Amino acid sequence: MSENLTTADAAASAARIEGPDGTTGALDALDALEAEAIHVIREVVAEFERPVLLFSGGKDSVVVLHLATKAFWPAKVPFPVLHVDTGHNFPEVLRFRDETVARLGIRLEVASVQDYLDDGRLQERADGTRNPLQTQPLLDAIAAGRHDAVFGGARRDEDKARAKERIISLRDEFGQWDPRNQRPELWTLYNGRHSVGQHVRAFPISNWTELDVWRYIEREGIALPPLYFAHDRDVYARDGMWLAVSDVSAPRAGERVERRTVRYRTVGDLSCTGAVVSEATTVSDIVREVAASTLTERGATRADDRLSEAAMEDRKKDGYF
Amino acid sequence: MTTITPATGTLFRFATAGSVDDGKSTLVGRLLHDSKAILADTLESVARTSAERGFGGEPGAIDFALLTDGLRAEREQGITIDVAYRYFTTGRRSFILADCPGHVQYTRNMVTGSATADAVVVLVDVRNGVLEQTRRHLAVVQLLRVPHVIVAVNKIDLVGYDRTAFDSVAAEVAALARDLGLPDVHTVPVSALAGDNVVTRSENTPWYDGPSLLDLLEELSTIDELETDLEALRLPVQLVIRPQGGLSPELTDAAADAFRDHRAFAGRIESGTVSLGDPVEVFPAGVRTTVTGIRRGPESLDAASAPLSVALELADPVDAARGAVIAAAGSLPAPRRELDADVFQLDGRPLTPGARVLVKHGTTTVQAIVTDVRGRLDLDTLETTPTASLATNDIGLVRLKLAADLVALPYAAHRRAGAFLVIHPQDGATLAAGIVVEAPA
Repeated sequence: MSENLTTADAAASAARIEGPDGTTGALDALDALEAEAIHVIREVVAEFERPVLLFSGGKDSVVVLHLATKAFWPAKVPFPVLHVDTGHNFPEVLRFRDETVARLGIRLEVASVQDYLDDGRLQERADGTRNPLQTQPLLDAIAAGRHDAVFGGARRDEDKARAKERIISLRDEFGQWDPRNQRPELWTLYNGRHSVGQHVRAFPISNWTELDVWRYIEREGIALPPLYFAHDRDVYARDGMWLAVSDVSAPRAGERVERRTVRYRTVGDLSCTGAVVSEATTVSDIVREVAASTLTERGATRADDRLSEAAMEDRKKDGYF
Repeated sequence: MTTITPATGTLFRFATAGSVDDGKSTLVGRLLHDSKAILADTLESVARTSAERGFGGEPGAIDFALLTDGLRAEREQGITIDVAYRYFTTGRRSFILADCPGHVQYTRNMVTGSATADAVVVLVDVRNGVLEQTRRHLAVVQLLRVPHVIVAVNKIDLVGYDRTAFDSVAAEVAALARDLGLPDVHTVPVSALAGDNVVTRSENTPWYDGPSLLDLLEELSTIDELETDLEALRLPVQLVIRPQGGLSPELTDAAADAFRDHRAFAGRIESGTVSLGDPVEVFPAGVRTTVTGIRRGPESLDAASAPLSVALELADPVDAARGAVIAAAGSLPAPRRELDADVFQLDGRPLTPGARVLVKHGTTTVQAIVTDVRGRLDLDTLETTPTASLATNDIGLVRLKLAADLVALPYAAHRRAGAFLVIHPQDGATLAAGIVVEAPA
């Protein structure tokens, strides 16, 4: 970079920035993570016939969709999105989902857990959570759509089992992940070879942390469902989490309903996703809050991930996200 | 034009490697713990499990290995099977740590963890000094051209912070680095258990005036910082963006009209910098033209450097699709139909002469035949000895005949242009990782 450019000019005109120690030539961490994610998304679109993106309206899948719009701009995103609908939805998340696909002109596929419960293919669990019930509708939807690659917003920092999963991860005919038999992943060369019936899961933001996601949302001005921001809600305390009062979740005897100012750090099954007490009303507030947090997002807000040390590994082996 | 706001400092990737019982898990745990990367609920769950498993030491002591052993089989057997990725941030940098297990499939894991690393931290027990396995790790690091090596001389507390003990290991390391031709090796006396010189400089080693381990990790240059200005532009085309499939409905009508004949070559810059007006050549079309547009999503840039993912527009119509390479004019090597390469054998099946395989290089996959297995590298003597085939974890010299041209370069001259995967044509398994070498005389 030439010496006579001012810093402002340099930052505005070239995607090379001034580092914190005044050295030039380095891209910041978000630039590097974005470049890696867009590379992965383009590789999958180039090498697979029928990719699809798992889209819950949660921040991670929203970020992957945003990255896809950048990867192919000005063309529209060349794959549909798939929502595995537990039936236990936050209404504002469904609205956000529908607005997003309309804005981008992409197709929405829905795999409905409720349909499976209604016709008896699945049965409601004793604890009422539907997150583990998503696996079969998901696998059926992948087969019905003949999808050979399935994008997800999973990150390695979320869970110890996810920390060991590849960016491009092969699944067998039963959708199973075999953690002991993963293909080594080297350099930026991704091996997505698969046979009929197999598919891959592709995780473009594997290397992002929760804080990276929020900083990127802030930098790019990405829209999110309103429940990520502080709002007043009727909640009750269970297992150290604040659960919402709704059609599908009610306090048990002895649990007291309170009006609290809360927000959600993750979006999942309404009946078992906990809110955190927060005053953060803007993305910048959330970036500060996450940076100072002493709990992981899953530990703080997902009852189902607390079941056992290997809860996530067991569900992944069965074909879960 | 958009302004880019620096937010998080640079991204630094490093791998940790060590032998059995040299305290690597403790070091990784210490680094994460002292840099406040482990949150309370994780720590609590690990402390609970440590107690249940009867981990010794003080009450509430933590078995740091539990932080990185993510799979049930690993925890049950007390071994680490696979590379685990961990993330932490300091005020200056974001880090991606690839924690490579030392005793199961060490070559496979070392190669996987080190392939994209800016630095490798190798642990040595001060009481044992340089072991055969240290030598092997460093030989792999040298082959993969990892820019920086940090040898953490651990358990310095167990020798009473004795300077002579450290100096003698440091001298062994320096001699080995000379033998191997490693360019940048740092030696730090640490106690992972007590925390000496891991995050902050220790008062227990007044005779050591170098940086702590974390100081080094914060200060060393990344591969892209070191090499972007040295190497010419190279961008393998991943796909071509055209509006035929439909333009984004987010575009205004006027913008949509302007993009009707849009055609851009999407890819990640492997090396160098591209600026508007730069002359480029395109393989395999053999055409020379100039760059008229550089975009990252909707944002137009005047220039962009590795490792950004961009889309380039060119002045002339060029017949190029996935697998094409756009490079600074005059920088592309002659296409090759034959590769001499060092391969790291990763699959359980042996690699033998006559094998039909696929070679994945950049954004191209071509058929190939292993015409010759020329030798196996003995990591202890660094001699190449003749062999009939390569077994798992072997590193060997092979010759491959290709069914189509590749514009590959020796790995020593260009990482991305010299790296490839060897893939089984039927079951799709990754058989080996290869790096192109100059043909031996």
